[in-house]
Amino acid sequence: MNDVKDPDRPSPEALLRAAAQEGRGRLKIFLGAAPGVGKTWEMLTQGHRRREADVDVVVGVVESHGRRETEALVHGHEVIPRRDVSHHGHSLGEMDIDAILARHPALVLVDELAHTNAPGSRHPKRYQDVEELLAAGIDVWSTLNIQHVESLNDVVASFTRVRVRETVPDSVLEQAEIEVVDIPPDELIERLRDGKVYIPQEATRALGHFFSKSNLTALRELALRRVAQAVDAQMLDHARAHALAGNFAAGERIVVAVSEQGHAAGLVRAGKRMADALRAPWTAVHIETRRDQLFSDGERRQLADTLALASRLGASTASIPAVDVVDGLSRYAREARATQIVIGKASRSWWFEMRHGSVVDRLVRTLGEVAVHVLPSGTPDKPLRAARARAGWGRPLDYLWSLLAVAGMTGTGLLLEQAINLGNIALLYLVPVMFAAASFGLRAGLFAALSASLAYNFFFLPPVGTFSVSNPENVVSIFVLLGVAIVTSQFAARVRVQADLAASSARQNAALASFSRQLTASTTHKELMQAICAEVARLLDVRSVLLLPSPGGPQLHAAFPPEDRMEQIELAAAQWAIDHEQPAGRGSSTLTASDWLFHPLRTSRGVLAVLGIARGDAGDPLRSDNVPLLMSLLDQAAIALDRMALEEANLKAQAIGERDRLRSALLSSVSHDLRTPLTTIVTAAQEMKRAPSAELAETIESEAQRLARFVANLLDMARVEAGALPMKPEAIDLFDAVASAAHDTRAALTDHAIDLDIAPDIPLVRLDPVLLHHCLINLLDNAGRYGDAGTPILVRCRRSHDALRLSVIDQGPGIPPGQEKRVFETFTRLEGSDRARHGTGLGLAIVKGFSEAMGLTVEASNIEEAPEGKRGACFTIRIPETLIVTAIDQKDMT
Amino acid sequence: MKLRHKVLIVDDEPQIRRLITTALARADYIALEAANARETMERVRHERPDVVLLDLGLPDRDGLELVPLIKGQCDATLIVVSARDATEEKVAALDLGADDYLTKPFDTDELLARLRVALRNRTTRGGASAAVIAGDVAIDLLERRVTKNGEEVHLTPKEYRVIAQLAKFPGRVITHEQIMAQVWPHELEHHVEYLRVLVRSLRQKLEDDPQRPQIISNELGIGYRLRMVGEPQS
Repeated sequence: MNDVKDPDRPSPEALLRAAAQEGRGRLKIFLGAAPGVGKTWEMLTQGHRRREADVDVVVGVVESHGRRETEALVHGHEVIPRRDVSHHGHSLGEMDIDAILARHPALVLVDELAHTNAPGSRHPKRYQDVEELLAAGIDVWSTLNIQHVESLNDVVASFTRVRVRETVPDSVLEQAEIEVVDIPPDELIERLRDGKVYIPQEATRALGHFFSKSNLTALRELALRRVAQAVDAQMLDHARAHALAGNFAAGERIVVAVSEQGHAAGLVRAGKRMADALRAPWTAVHIETRRDQLFSDGERRQLADTLALASRLGASTASIPAVDVVDGLSRYAREARATQIVIGKASRSWWFEMRHGSVVDRLVRTLGEVAVHVLPSGTPDKPLRAARARAGWGRPLDYLWSLLAVAGMTGTGLLLEQAINLGNIALLYLVPVMFAAASFGLRAGLFAALSASLAYNFFFLPPVGTFSVSNPENVVSIFVLLGVAIVTSQFAARVRVQADLAASSARQNAALASFSRQLTASTTHKELMQAICAEVARLLDVRSVLLLPSPGGPQLHAAFPPEDRMEQIELAAAQWAIDHEQPAGRGSSTLTASDWLFHPLRTSRGVLAVLGIARGDAGDPLRSDNVPLLMSLLDQAAIALDRMALEEANLKAQAIGERDRLRSALLSSVSHDLRTPLTTIVTAAQEMKRAPSAELAETIESEAQRLARFVANLLDMARVEAGALPMKPEAIDLFDAVASAAHDTRAALTDHAIDLDIAPDIPLVRLDPVLLHHCLINLLDNAGRYGDAGTPILVRCRRSHDALRLSVIDQGPGIPPGQEKRVFETFTRLEGSDRARHGTGLGLAIVKGFSEAMGLTVEASNIEEAPEGKRGACFTIRIPETLIVTAIDQKDMT
Repeated sequence: MKLRHKVLIVDDEPQIRRLITTALARADYIALEAANARETMERVRHERPDVVLLDLGLPDRDGLELVPLIKGQCDATLIVVSARDATEEKVAALDLGADDYLTKPFDTDELLARLRVALRNRTTRGGASAAVIAGDVAIDLLERRVTKNGEEVHLTPKEYRVIAQLAKFPGRVITHEQIMAQVWPHELEHHVEYLRVLVRSLRQKLEDDPQRPQIISNELGIGYRLRMVGEPQS
């Protein structure tokens, strides 16, 4: 045993990560070149050392494979019992992740990181279980062989000829501390011979080859290199964190072009290795041409899997619509400022390359400055190709139509044969060829061209009625017809492809535009969530739900079509998506038994919601060609939700701010407006006990009235602010209203007469009499207070085409310019004169509150009547047409 | 010797009772007091007051429930005096048989004026007063004639029914519903706007200045009252 590092000394990298990932568990991987090097043994031994140092260590799962020394080592540890998962009658013991989470040790030992869980487990892969343990803050130690590392999978397979299906993404390794468990190949071979290495029975033959010395040496080198790379990466992180940028390969960008074919996964892994080596960001891009529409479901899935693999390996992914691959790829490469392009050498026929030119050649020519890496590809799977070929030929009906078009033109030609010469008839045949090519694509066009030339030969060229041609000149015209027809149909088909692509990209853009329009139109959270669901359902042709995280689990907030509740498993998937900020459910890699696929709506503030989609027929919710659209929709939805949440928070903060302002204004007002009269009353009453006097009694009376008025206003204002004004509208005669208000304010208006300027036949209005009364009282009171002593107050009512305007006008200093709106704010008292104004600061706010509750608007202005030079404030209540009582049946009146 | 009227003051606040008692004594009434529903009913039975001033907020029973009980026990005039100012409450009290309604805070002058009106109605009740005088308008309920400054005013039948209904209880608030039931006895549903229009045309014929009505006065959201000269409005 030959440790690369002293295990007890905390590595600086680990410390750094610990600081960066507060609260997250740390992962340590015991990496071996091959089975049998003693990873499990090493892990358990070190585990014991930790145990002795009082660390809370448990064994999550360890495969002893019957080896006694391993069993003895496990024996000393606390072992979490496995969970039985029965599958097709077999009972499989899987790691019980919930039990470990409940037990919550400091460190858990989990053997065989690359293990695939039994179907029906929470996650398909053990490394995903580990991920969850880490997220819960538990440290994990695990074991892994180098051939299980995703990006090295191809490399290993290339020299061992053993393809390993169970792989672990490189991202898992990147966040782990890696310790290589290493023994020389000879020693390993010896152990194998002694039967100390566990090999499953059925794999013995294959592994026999696997354990050759050359293989083991290569694997060992790979493992050591991988660990060196990891250290390198961590160094780099450290350098970045400490602003030591500059000494890594800046500016390199890698683009990997992926197709629907099976070998594309190999390209992606190669891209990952290159990206790691160059420390460069990389993108996997798929160029969507018209061929994509002909993809079988298998090809679609293959493509989606490839892109998913790339994104698991840390690439960003993109899908670019274009007329052809070279165009699209070179355009994308230029936009992304790629420095390296990885493409596969397509296994196309020499014939295909003759016609289209090699993609590689054209790429190299177009992108002179970019390094193009061409990797050989394996043979694509036959069934895929067959399926696609069938799709490429189009529908039989297309050919029938093409044939009919040719036949129709033949008929026309026969009718015109006498009138025009043979050469022109050949021209006529271009019409059905163009029609077929433009309507049904290239192949139908070629078919039409062929049938057209045959028909021309048969029906028109002598000897008529046979396919033989007597005049050699006519052979030329047949070939010219055929040639022109083929070229024409190629052009027509190309135009069609472009039109289709433009239409498809226009459709997608239109979908996005309509989506964002719908979202912007929503004014409340509820509406917005409903709009998101409805639009996603419409655009992707799925059912959709929106759930919000809450302490008691995700809550269903919107659905389209309406959905009352979600099953437990769906809720679990939604919760997982929230917790891990990753998709869960059908079609994802987690909780796939759910009928729904849940995508988190992420923003910088975390997961705001999860969007669930499902198909009515319980099929895969998402077609692979809809993935980019869904991603854009999710982004937009998340932004919209975020914006709405911010707006609401903002409004709430404003409301709180306003309430605080009111509260402090109220306190100061109460202290002034309640205490002053109370003090006067108490002093006057004490004085009167000694010497009764009418003057003192009057003081008490007027101060008490002032108090009563203030209290009444406070009560009214409380009602306005509670927003619950009892409304009982009835038909009101404004003369009555003004008379009552004048009567109730007579004590305050001793200095002022009230002039009325109201037409005798002014219509009745339908308002709440009490609220209107309070409005008028306050307006009169205000006019009496601010109008110059001895001047009259004018109450005027004017009918316009759409409203009645009831104004109260005083003669006084008026409202300071620019303050016309502020006067209606609570506790606003405008200064501008040294006259004592005994107001509560509430009156006009009450006028505004009550008016608005009744559907009226109020405004303040200054009037200036030039001839007499009178000026003053004018407060107008606008009563809209709808509140005016018009139709009165006269026959009921006599 | 002038007949002294007995007034029962019902209020759970001793200060209010004391104040009203003082004011009534000065105006030469006999003041009785009750602090809750039980005492009130006892007093009503034994003392037979002429007027009851009833506060609605009593500790042992809702004052509104007492209105029909008191009216059933004696023929006292009942004036509700309450801090509750919702129009529904007022209408309910009046419809249950209360004769008038006064909202706290009120001034004593107003209280005494209402008392005078109530007692005057009481003395004339039953004896079908031939003519009611309101300012310069006289309403003769027997002859069904209305004159202003001695000259006959021509009224439509419905206008007459309105003014007659008010004149039967001068100074008292008559609710919209009470008036309309008389004017449109066959209608199941009544609309205040028709009444408003009738009152407006009545004012055109009877008031000196129809824009500042002195004779037919409006009670916010409740009804109308025929105002006797020199009385406060509400």
